[in-house]
Amino acid sequence: MKVLVPVKRVIDYNVKVRVKADGSGVDLANVKMSMNPFDEIAIEEAIRLKEAGKAEEVIAVSIGVKQAQETLRTALAMGADRAILVVASDDVHQDIEPLAVAKILAAVVKEEQPGLVLCGKQAIDNDMNATGQMLSALLGWSQATFASEVGVEGDHAVVTREVDGGLQTIKVKMPTIISVDLRLNEPRYASLPNIMKAKKKPLDEKTAADYGVDVTPRLSVVKTTEPAARAAGIKVGSVDELVSKLKEAGLV
Amino acid sequence: MRAYDRDDLMFQLWEVAELASLIEDSDLDRAAVMGILDTADQIAGDHFLPLGRLLDEEEPRFENGRAIIPEPAVAAIRAHAAAGFIASGFEPAHGGMGLPEIVHQAAAYVFSASNISLAGYGLLTVGAGRLIQSFGTEAQKRRYLEPMAEGRFFGTMCLSEPQAGSSLSDITTRAEPVGDGTYRITGRKMWISGGEQEVTDNIVHMVLAKIPGGPPGVKGISLFIVPKRRADGAPNDVTLAGLNHKMGYRGTTNCALNFGEAGTCIGELLGEPHKGLSYMFQMMNEARIGVGMGATALGQAGYQASLAYARERPQGRAVGAKDPTTPQVPIIAHSDVRRLLLAQKAAVEPALALSLYCARLVDLHARGDAGAGQLLDMLTPIAKSWPSEFCLEANKHAIQVLGGAGYTRDYPVERYYRDNRLNHIHEGTHGIQGMDLLGRKVMIDGGAGFRALMAVIRADIAAAQGSDLAARLAAALDRVEAVTAQLAAGVMRDPDRGLANATLYLDAMGHVVMGWMWLRLTRAATRVAARDGDSAFLRGKHQAARYFVAREVSRVDGWCDVLAANDQSAFDMETEWF
Repeated sequence: MKVLVPVKRVIDYNVKVRVKADGSGVDLANVKMSMNPFDEIAIEEAIRLKEAGKAEEVIAVSIGVKQAQETLRTALAMGADRAILVVASDDVHQDIEPLAVAKILAAVVKEEQPGLVLCGKQAIDNDMNATGQMLSALLGWSQATFASEVGVEGDHAVVTREVDGGLQTIKVKMPTIISVDLRLNEPRYASLPNIMKAKKKPLDEKTAADYGVDVTPRLSVVKTTEPAARAAGIKVGSVDELVSKLKEAGLV
Repeated sequence: MRAYDRDDLMFQLWEVAELASLIEDSDLDRAAVMGILDTADQIAGDHFLPLGRLLDEEEPRFENGRAIIPEPAVAAIRAHAAAGFIASGFEPAHGGMGLPEIVHQAAAYVFSASNISLAGYGLLTVGAGRLIQSFGTEAQKRRYLEPMAEGRFFGTMCLSEPQAGSSLSDITTRAEPVGDGTYRITGRKMWISGGEQEVTDNIVHMVLAKIPGGPPGVKGISLFIVPKRRADGAPNDVTLAGLNHKMGYRGTTNCALNFGEAGTCIGELLGEPHKGLSYMFQMMNEARIGVGMGATALGQAGYQASLAYARERPQGRAVGAKDPTTPQVPIIAHSDVRRLLLAQKAAVEPALALSLYCARLVDLHARGDAGAGQLLDMLTPIAKSWPSEFCLEANKHAIQVLGGAGYTRDYPVERYYRDNRLNHIHEGTHGIQGMDLLGRKVMIDGGAGFRALMAVIRADIAAAQGSDLAARLAAALDRVEAVTAQLAAGVMRDPDRGLANATLYLDAMGHVVMGWMWLRLTRAATRVAARDGDSAFLRGKHQAARYFVAREVSRVDGWCDVLAANDQSAFDMETEWF
C-alpha cells in the first residue's frame, strides 16, 4: 500500500506573526517557514505504518510556491520515500484555497493510487480544517477526521477520533482519508544522516496546470488585523466592589 | 524563546561567512544545512534549554564511585547523539559524516547557547575522537571511533594532574610497557570534564603520561588511549576519586580520576612515543576555537534573555516626563539600558563572526590551503580569549539590565555569567593565550603569520572604500602594527620582560580583529540591503558597528600607549612588596 501525505509550508509556529501595513495579510517576507505541525504528525504516522510493515511507500505532496521543496525535503529527511511538488503560485503571500488543493490532490491520488491519504486536520496559518473533507467528497472515499489513534487492518482502518466530550472509535473502509490530530504521535527529529540522504530521494516537480486545476482564489480577503491588545486590569478593594464592577460590565 | 538569534546565525553563515561557496562541490546544499540547523534548534529547544536551571541546581552526585547526573540530562544527551551531532564532527570512514567544520560549529553554537554543560559531552567526545582519527592505527579507529560517533562511548582529555596543570612538563603519570605492546598506566588526573558518567557504555580517556627512560619535560610526554572498560566489558582500573564542585557548567561532571590504583590499568599508545603533546596540541587548537564559540554562545544567551526582559519590564518614565499618572515605559526606553544591550550585541555578534571565520579556515586548511592554516594559527589565541573576556563582560551587562532580578537564580543571566567564567581558564588560561600570541604566533617565521593577518585585514579595509569604520580601523591597525614591531624586538632581547604585558597586547589585537569583523558584518549588511531591501535587522548591524568603533576600537590607542611606553610596573613588583 502507498500512503500519500500532503504537507503545507506555513509560517513557523515560533514566529511572532505580524500583519502587513496595508492589512492585506500577514508578513511572510524573510520569515522562517516550516512544515505545518499537523502534517509532521501525518508524516510520522505514515512512516510508522511503513515501519510496521503495513505500507510500502510514503509519498509527500506539497502545493504552493517553489520554496515548498524545502518542506518536502524535511518530509524526506523524516523518512518519506519520494515527494511531489505542485507549483501553484510564485507569490509567497498567495494562499491556495482548500478546494483547489483538494482538486489537485484528487488528481494526484488518481495518478498514484494510494490506499491511504494521511493529512493534518488543518494548517496553522489559516485554520481552515477543510481539505481532507473536500478530498473525501471529490474522491467518494470514506473519511476519518481528528485521529488520535490509527490502526490499519486489511481492507479497513480503525480510527479513534477526538470529539467534544471524549473519544470516538470508528471503522472505515479503505481506501480512506484520515486527518490527524495533535495527540496521535510525537514526530521524530530528522537525523543528520537522513537529512543528507533526503537530497538523493526523488522530488518530482509539477504545476497546477499539469492537473488542469484553476487555483484562482474564490474568496477575497477584506481585511486582516492584529488581535486587540489586552486592556490593563484594575485592582478592586473588596468582594462587593468586584461584584458591582462585574454587574457594571454586564458580566453577571 | 530561543537562547540565540536564529536570524543572526543565518545571516552570518550565508552572507558573512559565505557558506554557499564552501559547500558548492559537496554532498550538502542549502536545504540540507537548514535541515541540520532545524534539527539542532528542535533538540536544543525541547531537551537542552529546559534543563538549564535543573542541572545548575542539582549538581552531579558522587555515589559508590559513580557520578550520577539527573535523568532528564541523560535523555537530552542521547537525543543529541542519536540525531548525529557527534558523528557530524568525524570523517565518514569510521561512522562520521564529513560535515564542514563551519556547519558542525554552527550546530554546536545552537546547543551551547541552549545548555553549555550538556553540549560539553559531545564536544569533548569529538575532540578525543579526532585525536584517534588523526593519529590512531586502523585497529584503534575501528575499536573506538564508530562507537564514539554513535554516542555509545564518550571521550575525555586527561592532561592536568593535581600538581601539574598549565605546566604539563611536570606531569608524573607513568606508562610502563607490559611487553605485549600495551602499557600499564599509573597516576592521578585532575579537572577531567566528563571523566565519569553513567550515560554511555564506555568512556575513552585520552591520557598524557611519561614512559620511563624518555626525555625529560614535554619532550617525554606520550599520549594513551585508556578506556574505562576493556573490550570484554571488564573494568580497566580507572577510579573516580571525587567530583569537583564548580561555580558553573555544573551539568558536566568534573572529576579527579585515579589510573591504576590496583596496578591493572591498561592503555594503548596513540601514535609514536614522546610525541603526545604535539598530538594534543592539534586537538587543542580546535578546542580553543570551540571554547571561543562556547563563550560567544553564552554571551548571546545572556543578550537574548536581557533583551526580552527589557522589552517587557515596565519601570519609570522618560527623564522629561513629570506626570506620575502616565503609564510606565518598558526599560528598553531608557538610554542606559539600550547602551547595556548594545554593548552586548556589539560584542557577541563579531565574536560569532570570528568563530565562524576560524571554522571556515579549518575547512580551507583541510583542503590544502596553507595560507588558511597560517591565518588560523595566528587567530586561535584571539578566537579563544576575546569572547572569554568580552562576552563574559556582556554577561555582566545582561545581569545589569535585569537589576536585582538578574542577581537572583529566578533568571538565567547570573548562571550564564558563572558558566562563562570558566572559558577564561580552561584550554590554556588567558595569560597563556597572551604569551602564545606575542611570544609564539607573532614571532614564528620572522612574523610571517602576523603580516599575513595584517594583509587580509587591509584588503577588507580597502574594499570598504573609505567608510568611517574602515578609516578608524585602519588607524588602529597602523598603531597595533607599530607596537607589535616594538614588542617583538623586546621579546627577542629579554623574553621574560618582553612578555610581561602580553595579555594587554592580546586585548588590543583582539579589539582590532573584532573591528575587522564588524567591517565584514556591515559590508554584508549593505550588500543584503541592496539586494533585498533595508530592514531593522540590517540597520541594527550598522548601529552596533558604530557603537563598537566609537566605544571600543577607540580604547586600542590607550592600550597601545601603555605597551609602547613599555610599562613594567607588574614585572618589577617584587613578591615581598605585596
